[in-house]
Amino acid sequence: MLSLIVFLPLAVAVVVAAVPSLGAAAARWAWVAVSAVELVLVGVLWAGYEDPGPNGLAFEEQVPWIPGVGSSYHVGVDGLSLPLVAMTAVVFLACAVYALRDGERPRAQTALFLFLQGVSLGVFVAADLIVFFVFFDLSIVGMYFVIAGWGHGNAARSALKFFLYTFLGSLALLLGFIGLYVASDPHTFDILELVAATPLEDNPLAGGLVLAAILVGLAVKTPTVPFHTWLPPAHTDAPATGSAVLAGVLLKMGTYGFVRIAMPILPEAWRGWAWVIVVVGIVSVLYGAFVALAQTNLKRMIAYTSVNHMGYIILALGAVGLIAGDTAQARSVAVTGAVVQMVSHGLITAALFLLAGVMRTRAGTYDMGAYGGLATPAPRFAALFAIAAFASLGLPGLSGFIAEFQIFAGSIAVAPVTAIALPGILITAALFLLALQRVFTGPTQGQSPGFADLHGRELWSVGPLLALSLLIGVLPQVLLGVIEPASAALVDLVGR
Amino acid sequence: MTALLTLPAAGEFEMADINYVAIAPMIVVFAAAVLGVLVEAFAPRRLRYPIQVGLAVLALVIAFAALVLPDADSVTGTTVAGTLAVDGPSRFLSGVLLALGLVGLLVMAERFGGEGPDAFTPMGAATPGSAIESAAARAGLATTEVFPLALFSLGGMMMFTSANDLLSMFVALEVLSLPLYILTGLARRRRLLSQEAALKYFLLGAFSSAFFLFGAGLIYGYAGSIRIPAIGEAAAASSGDLEPLLLPGVAMLLVGLLFKVGAVPFHSWTPDVYQGAPSPVTGFMAACTKIAAFGALLRLVYVGLESTRWEWRPGVVVIAALTMIVGAVLSVTQTDIKRLLAYSSVAHAGFILVGLLAFDITAVGGVMFYLVAYGASTIAAFALVNMVRENGAEATHLSQWAGLGRRHPWVAAAMTLLLLAFAGIPLTSGFTAKVAAFMPAVAHGGLSGVLLVVIGVLASAVTAFVYVKVIVLMYFTAPSGDVGLAQPALLSVVAIAVGVVLTVLLGVVPGPLLDLAAQSSTFVR
Repeated sequence: MLSLIVFLPLAVAVVVAAVPSLGAAAARWAWVAVSAVELVLVGVLWAGYEDPGPNGLAFEEQVPWIPGVGSSYHVGVDGLSLPLVAMTAVVFLACAVYALRDGERPRAQTALFLFLQGVSLGVFVAADLIVFFVFFDLSIVGMYFVIAGWGHGNAARSALKFFLYTFLGSLALLLGFIGLYVASDPHTFDILELVAATPLEDNPLAGGLVLAAILVGLAVKTPTVPFHTWLPPAHTDAPATGSAVLAGVLLKMGTYGFVRIAMPILPEAWRGWAWVIVVVGIVSVLYGAFVALAQTNLKRMIAYTSVNHMGYIILALGAVGLIAGDTAQARSVAVTGAVVQMVSHGLITAALFLLAGVMRTRAGTYDMGAYGGLATPAPRFAALFAIAAFASLGLPGLSGFIAEFQIFAGSIAVAPVTAIALPGILITAALFLLALQRVFTGPTQGQSPGFADLHGRELWSVGPLLALSLLIGVLPQVLLGVIEPASAALVDLVGR
Repeated sequence: MTALLTLPAAGEFEMADINYVAIAPMIVVFAAAVLGVLVEAFAPRRLRYPIQVGLAVLALVIAFAALVLPDADSVTGTTVAGTLAVDGPSRFLSGVLLALGLVGLLVMAERFGGEGPDAFTPMGAATPGSAIESAAARAGLATTEVFPLALFSLGGMMMFTSANDLLSMFVALEVLSLPLYILTGLARRRRLLSQEAALKYFLLGAFSSAFFLFGAGLIYGYAGSIRIPAIGEAAAASSGDLEPLLLPGVAMLLVGLLFKVGAVPFHSWTPDVYQGAPSPVTGFMAACTKIAAFGALLRLVYVGLESTRWEWRPGVVVIAALTMIVGAVLSVTQTDIKRLLAYSSVAHAGFILVGLLAFDITAVGGVMFYLVAYGASTIAAFALVNMVRENGAEATHLSQWAGLGRRHPWVAAAMTLLLLAFAGIPLTSGFTAKVAAFMPAVAHGGLSGVLLVVIGVLASAVTAFVYVKVIVLMYFTAPSGDVGLAQPALLSVVAIAVGVVLTVLLGVVPGPLLDLAAQSSTFVR
């Protein structure tokens, strides 16, 4: 079942790439169809999901792959990965719908995005470090081609910067994985076995170094301050769908790596480094928010809010490592909040980037100063953008609130000092309101007159993302019920 | 010391014990090479090409069969009075050499149809630009000598990986090198560049051979034997009297071998020779010489010098680090695809050295896997370079590769895949190879091993930048000039397909070959 979900898009991607006679419309619709089938499959998966218990996986599949080095094709989902798998399927379907009318090289674009979808899902279901790494690295290659091939502005340069940065990060990650492999006895790359064995527990120096390598690798991808500098140019120059996938899905690979690999396999080192991680989280939150506030380019601003939002996740996960008294409950809440934040940020930021893409197709600029009073000619656009902005700044009733509320409730209970990250929420609120005010209110001027409102496909791509955000905000139990057992299990693993 | 030498008494002749089955593959290759020379002398000119190609291919297939068919136990051991060792590593690497050598020969045999577009000069002996040369070109002559030369070289390479004493290692080194010097000077286009490269290669190669020989002399003085296992035993039992001979001797031996693999600071010939040589020869040389030289290096340091490694290993660690850094950094500034691949081969030599310096049995398997992966990709890459032409001449300048992805999507796609493999992207052989080489270094190399792996990782990122730059050029830059493909190119296509398939296969299902390499990593002593 999981293999089908991962390899269906890859197989179709190969077919689309290999059949030159495929027309533009056929390619586009093939993409939509496959993404829709994927979403249905994930729905079936969700419906049949039962919590597998601590350090277990549901829908597990294992086939020997490279037995010589103890690596197997091992996949499975649990409460930490299933929500991300679902979110990935949703975001890719939204992108497929959004791109229905794009003109540029539709066959190659379809193949590339299906490839990206397959490898992204592969990362989230991987239960073997090598499998994880393979998909992780391939996602970089795929995204590189998306930015370089379909981007605008200084796309080649931004794409190269993205590639080099994240590729170097992935190599650091590989180094850490090799360290884990070497330290484990018997040697294995299997995540579940490594979690059970916790290698390097009695060797704090080596444990610290391996964790450092893994942290750097994941932090580049997440990204956290100070490894975030590739993100703004990559987002600014990427196509709308590319940005949506990059922010919505690819960034989550970094944070997911923390909960799947770094925390359960190296609990002792994680606890030892917890304060460093908390500080990095707080700095990312505040720095991302302040820099976003200073932006005049809307897309760049959204990009920096990603640094801010990822900072909350890092903060919460760092707080989980601060073992003190009977705070297990609070730490579990923090993990749940972090996972909800991953899902919520994926949905909302994808929506925001797709909407920013509309601005580019209509008026050719992201400069907020070039617009004004846009709500009059484009009311639907304004409404959806406002909802996305409010969701992003954490308004109750939308998913961002559920996530950030839990993150702070958990973190502050464990370490009250984490409250200094709270102004981040305030600044984010200010910057989104400022953006709304500059672009949508006031006299209709600049590029705004004649700005056509959202078309059907744009509406149908962005709308469902925001509807899901609303659904999570109103009925969080659907999502929390899946995540909470896994969070509690993770907290136990870190507390070992 | 002379007591260690078992010289027969005067007047007696003891026949060396030879296991003909074990060395049959080498014999077949050498015999075919000698036959090839006779063909060159006696066969009519028009028949030489088909006979030579058929003979070479047949010889390699028979040699491969002779290598694979006998039972491993019946051939394993030393033979020819202990001068040749037939064991896991030598059999594995000989098999790889035969397989990749066959692919390399296919590329050399490519004639592309049309007037004189193959890679070799019509008459190697003619002065560039002379009347004789143009007459030879008009007559449509072809340099069919390349096939016996390549076979001699290949035989020398196989012997190099099996050589169990320093003298036969030296002989093998010369047998594999001399034909390569000649092959380098046979390019059809840019004759002067090609001959300059050949001369450079010859001079530097002769120089490094001299180092090797001098080192062998010193080591004989130290150990009282030129047998590699005996050197190891002598070092283990050393009383320390002759210690001053050891380090200079080892250093000089290593100079000779590291020159062949193209390690910094002995790499300066690589870019010139790679650029000047005909592309099929470059591919053959880059892949097979590296395999042979690392095979010999493995045997020398793992069997002969392991017990003294604490004395010389730090120096080679520095060399490995320099090799990776210099190869990676200098590849950034290259504007010629062949020079770029040359510097990348230098960097790859550094990566392989990282694995080699781990001194563990798993490292032998890792290094051998790396050699297969790199060799397969490299031959295919140079076969592709050989096909991309502008006005009949090879278009090796990077600017000529701009927009190749739009005009020739399949060529560009194949090259992209190979470049991604060189960069070590997962699901290609390059990734598995890097993991296989780096893992023993982390596990058994100690602090310096970990440091080397970190440097290797950084160097990989630099080289990845270089390869991605070429990919960008092929796909996202507007085409310029009149760059086309030499058509039709059946043999090249076969060779490229083999290389590409191997590159993917070793990335997706590396298990079988990794296992085979791991099982074949025990040296006889």
